[in-house]
Amino acid sequence: MKRHLRLAAVFVLYAVVGVWGLLFSSIPEARAEYGDIVMNNYAEKSGMRPVVFPHWFHRMRFACKVCHADLGFKFKAGGNEVNMAKIIDGEFCGACHNGEIAWPVENCNMCHSGKPGTVTQVHGANGQKIIAAPVQGTAGTAK
Amino acid sequence: MIKNIVKSVIATSLFGAIVVSTATTVSAAPAPAAAQPAAAQPAPVTFNRLLKKASPTNLPPAEDGIHDPTVDSAQMLQPPLQGMNGLTRSNFGNNVNWVNSLQTKKVIPRWDRADPNAESLVMDVNIVRTPRGSMPDVVFPHKAHTEWLECSNCHPAIFVPQKGANQISMAAILLGQKCGVCHGKVAFPVSECKLCHSQKRAAAAP
Repeated sequence: MKRHLRLAAVFVLYAVVGVWGLLFSSIPEARAEYGDIVMNNYAEKSGMRPVVFPHWFHRMRFACKVCHADLGFKFKAGGNEVNMAKIIDGEFCGACHNGEIAWPVENCNMCHSGKPGTVTQVHGANGQKIIAAPVQGTAGTAK
Repeated sequence: MIKNIVKSVIATSLFGAIVVSTATTVSAAPAPAAAQPAAAQPAPVTFNRLLKKASPTNLPPAEDGIHDPTVDSAQMLQPPLQGMNGLTRSNFGNNVNWVNSLQTKKVIPRWDRADPNAESLVMDVNIVRTPRGSMPDVVFPHKAHTEWLECSNCHPAIFVPQKGANQISMAAILLGQKCGVCHGKVAFPVSECKLCHSQKRAAAAP
């Protein structure tokens, strides 16, 4: 009886590992920087390239708290409804990208530098691997 | 006679080993130069054809797959290897140990966007949790977290600040809830089990 249980446990383990392997072998290779955010809820619909936000570059200069508490960025890619009107008004990116703390918004392509068709995502995130592989796809379909 | 045969066998096998070792050095040598010239990373293992080839990391924007290489800014944006040069290395995420880099002042991120002298309010309290499975206990260091974040980032929306009030599971974390709000996205990935499951399990209840 015990042996059967052990066999069953081993079988379940193999099944889980197998499914895991299948899930993860089919994802496109992650090559961009861990934590890079692509924002494409509005950009491509408005005729601009998607925005790529490099987390690594910003966290070297500002603690997480500065943007995620003071500026009100939610911990969710695509969950902040950032648009250029708000940025020019000094909200979100515009709190720093105003020519005083960081370079101003006229440098469109510095942010709008994403490959066309890249959907909103945290590059290399767990959820992305498990739920979908959104690197190539239609713009703006991701949550 | 037999001794001689043994000797020659040993000699040939030694020779073979030398040939193999020179072959590996030859095949391994050009790899780092081709991948990342300025990298201080260990060279990817290339001599074993059965090993999965290490995917290149810290690529410059034009080659990273999410930037449009045809846009002018792809050449203007700082390449990660140049930007993160000199930080404490690790083998996961950005290949940077961010917590150590902060504690050793290799990065000095501002605590206020305009005031360079503002300082974080660090709280040094460890929370220990015993998981339901058989993994070692989880030690949550408030210190490493409050150096980057303030209380309101996590409390009370993500974690109720009360003992026993938070249901946490690896499933939730993998789906981006609880610790997974940051870990697995920006903070170190969940593949590094032992960074959280870091304390010997408390004796099991009788």
